[in-house]
Amino acid sequence: MSDSYDQISQQLKSRHRKSTRLKYMSMGALALAGAFLLIFFADMLSKGLPAFKQAMINIEINYTEDAASNGRAAVDQDLSTIISRSVVRVIPLEMRNDPSLLGTTVQRWVLASANVDQYLKGNPVRGLDDEEKARIDRLVEDGRVEMQFNAGFFSRGDSKMPELAGIMSAVVGTVMTMIVTLGIAFPIGVMTAVYLEEFAPDNKLTQLIEININNLAAIPSILFGLLGLAIFINFFGVPRSTPLVGGMTLALMTLPVIIISTRTALRSVPESIRHAAFGVGCSRWQVVKDHVLPLAMPGIMTGSIIGLAQAMGETAPLIIVGMVAFIPDVTASFTQAATVMPAQVFTWSGEPSRAFVEKTAGGIIVLLAVLISLNAAAVLLRKKFERRW
Amino acid sequence: MHAQPDQYAWFAVVSTAGPAILLSALGAFVMLLLGSEIPTFSLLLLSLAVALVGLGVGMKFIRSDFHARRAIESVILWVLAGAATISILTTLGILISIIGEAINFFQIHSFWNFITGTTWAPGNSFLAAAGRGDGSGAEFGSVPLFAGTFMITAIAMAVAVPIGLLSAIYMAEFAPARVRSVAKPMLEVLAGIPTVVYGFFAAITVAPFIVRLADSVGLDASFNNALAPGIVMGIMIIPFISSLSDDVINAVPDSMRQGSLALGMTKGETIRDVVIPAALPGVISASLLGMSRALGETMIVVMAAGMRPNLTINPLEEMTTVTVRIVAAMTGDLEFDSAETLSAFALGLVLFVVTLSLNLVSVIMIRRFRNKYRVNNL
Amino acid sequence: MNSQVPEMSKQQASAVGQPFTRNDDACHDLSIRVRDLNLWYGKAQALNGLNIDLYQKNVTALIGPSGCGKSTFLRCLNRMNDLIPSVRIEGLVEMDGRDVNAAKMDEVALRRRVGMVFQKPNPFPKSIFENVAYAPRMHDIVSRKGEQEELVEKALRDAGLWNEVKDKLHEPGTSLSGGQQQRLCIARAIAVQPDVILMDEPTSALDPISTATIEDLMDKLKKQFTIITVTHNMQQAARVADYTAFFHLGEIIEYNDTKTLFSNPATKKAEDYITGRYG
Repeated sequence: MSDSYDQISQQLKSRHRKSTRLKYMSMGALALAGAFLLIFFADMLSKGLPAFKQAMINIEINYTEDAASNGRAAVDQDLSTIISRSVVRVIPLEMRNDPSLLGTTVQRWVLASANVDQYLKGNPVRGLDDEEKARIDRLVEDGRVEMQFNAGFFSRGDSKMPELAGIMSAVVGTVMTMIVTLGIAFPIGVMTAVYLEEFAPDNKLTQLIEININNLAAIPSILFGLLGLAIFINFFGVPRSTPLVGGMTLALMTLPVIIISTRTALRSVPESIRHAAFGVGCSRWQVVKDHVLPLAMPGIMTGSIIGLAQAMGETAPLIIVGMVAFIPDVTASFTQAATVMPAQVFTWSGEPSRAFVEKTAGGIIVLLAVLISLNAAAVLLRKKFERRW
Repeated sequence: MHAQPDQYAWFAVVSTAGPAILLSALGAFVMLLLGSEIPTFSLLLLSLAVALVGLGVGMKFIRSDFHARRAIESVILWVLAGAATISILTTLGILISIIGEAINFFQIHSFWNFITGTTWAPGNSFLAAAGRGDGSGAEFGSVPLFAGTFMITAIAMAVAVPIGLLSAIYMAEFAPARVRSVAKPMLEVLAGIPTVVYGFFAAITVAPFIVRLADSVGLDASFNNALAPGIVMGIMIIPFISSLSDDVINAVPDSMRQGSLALGMTKGETIRDVVIPAALPGVISASLLGMSRALGETMIVVMAAGMRPNLTINPLEEMTTVTVRIVAAMTGDLEFDSAETLSAFALGLVLFVVTLSLNLVSVIMIRRFRNKYRVNNL
Repeated sequence: MNSQVPEMSKQQASAVGQPFTRNDDACHDLSIRVRDLNLWYGKAQALNGLNIDLYQKNVTALIGPSGCGKSTFLRCLNRMNDLIPSVRIEGLVEMDGRDVNAAKMDEVALRRRVGMVFQKPNPFPKSIFENVAYAPRMHDIVSRKGEQEELVEKALRDAGLWNEVKDKLHEPGTSLSGGQQQRLCIARAIAVQPDVILMDEPTSALDPISTATIEDLMDKLKKQFTIITVTHNMQQAARVADYTAFFHLGEIIEYNDTKTLFSNPATKKAEDYITGRYG
């Protein structure tokens, strides 16, 4: 009536082969995704890590009479082309502020020009001739040129000179923007979620709000930028390019993330807790405030951190509201033009010089480090407070 | 007494501060919005007066038979409900701002030309806005922009769907728990990378690689080719598809798998013919969501795709997308009501409609597909 | 006819797991021989030294209180326990003279010979036709469309479902009622033409009328197949089974032809269970 085992096994051979093939194909797909990630990180690190090192030159600065009007006169003529222009530029100012400098001579480590920096990092450089290269090599042998930790990258604002450009103004801008974003999105998001989950009657309006929130989460971020431009800037007159308008725009984007995660957290608090609190005579608001919200807090925090990380990496809507500004000075104000880290990355990536590629990748490493720590914090928070009911 | 003492106190606070804050907020709003000057000092004074009146009225209410708790809680309820309407206001805000400006645009340029025109050359419009020239040189035919957008999206989906789905299959059906516990966070990292970073990666690393690759087989590729942003966008979307698909595959009841295995099916056949068909609606919905993300993605294309509208099917050529043109229109030093700036809103409107309907289509397709699937055999 | 049945002395028969008597009206060709079968879930032993002979073209019922190992034992017969990583099995399960648990035994091939019907009906998310035709097509039992249709009709007729579904073969299998779904699953199992059909409480999720239909079906199907069914319902065992094994705490306490077991149980435990003292 039926085939023997041997016949069946014979027929099964090719089917087993197909099954194994599916297993290895799917394994390969996952490995491919992992490989993408590895290549990506390796690429960013190899491009960006050099940005944390900066070539410095030890030079002698003669505060002569000439130098008071022309900074170039203060340094050796041979060296003036290989140190950063920013060094000579400030010398007259220094002398004006401190007249006692006149006539003195100072040995100091100063920034090398971006070309020297790139040359020493082994990248192809166009701006140096062979003579200059030979001179740099000699200086390296003498120990007068060194690669040092690029502290300026973390303490300075943007600059058109790559050796001078730093990420600090963007970091400050990001912090200011995120304060606005969270300050708006967190209370409104939590209140919305509490209303929908604990109070709202199940009617058409509530359903509309729910559908709407899910839709908001799927709308392309650039459209939020158009909203920010048309409503906040043109209609309400919020100043352009500021952390205020950027933060408000991002708040609207972060809102659905916080609402959805807060609702999940509220829903995971078991009904028995609510029943118990009602049972001892609490009003609905008291139940929510004293029992449900505290228990849901870890989940709400986790969701908010994830929303914050998302907002922090967002660029497109900020471009539309003008937050890709050139900000050389670090200013902490809600109503002055500012930039944020991803926008700074975007600005640098548009600069043609090789030195800025390195800065861009360096900025990316900083940005990724912040985002990954935020997400790790969210995961830890979830693990720590995870409760099984 | 009908409430706790502190609830009476809270009621007093609410009745005092509430109207006063409301009034001052209203004043500030009017000042901002209408630009009319209300002296700050008098506004402050008025608010204080209202606060006093509020306090007086509030005190009158407070008696031992007054339900202070209920009064407070009804205020709280209204505040919460007010917060919930913000999300609706946001959507309305997007709609109104985009539609309003788009209508302004379509008053200058015909809708029909916008939808069917194959030349996008906004070049001269700013002259018209500045009062010089008549703007007749500007053309706003959006077809090449949408062609570029769909081309790059198609490349992204071609990368993301197979890799995402197969990864999900591996994680849900084959992977030992240890691999799973590593792979899931790994994919989440992929999802957490900001798009501006992906854009840099596409422009600096992937695009030159593709140019060299094309060169080595004798093809000519632009540095702004559509392939690089498409592939990188695909990588970005992998985690969306894999994590959702993983969820739905895990949601397929085990009895389904056992039923198939008990009939003498191999594991591969069980996955292909039973598990995936059962999970298909979820997989499709994940793919559509990924697709809507690809359509609206901005930074990757701004950084890696071209600026020049180009109607072609060769992915090695430069082409541009809707979002690129929106950004281009918004970052120039243009008057706000120039035709080019307004065109960004028209493009945004189309993008809004397309992504929104994609979400709807995803829901409808799932339903229809299920019905169709049950009727027809695979 | 009975040449394959091992000769048993009275002593052997009275040992655990051996039938005391045989029902002479039925065919008694040996189908599955189980010797010293032990099974562990991790460290917990679930089956403890089972010995049993299961006969062809009979219905054998496995009864016993919850958690006694009867379903676990059933799943040893088509190696469905392989799907649970923590399971360890020792001992012999022999079918057609082959060790089912041997390393070179292909469990997929085994499952083709040993079909299974589950507690809850689990039709595939496919049409009724596809639910039945899918496996035979994959196994190359049929290839042409005409053959497929023939086979599907035969399987559905054998499962007593044909008249109810012949006009809606292309509707989804899940659109049927619970009892119909279960018969569809039986049709699906017999379409592969197995030797043995395992049924794991096939009627526990069904209403009484569907249950009666399935019981009638089992009676018809035993002319072609060896049926081994797990049941909670002692009346059902008494109605449909030729042989019944009583399980308790992972051991077979008593195994006999059904009439004897129910009317004259040899052990106290079986008697207590049958009379409803526990279970």
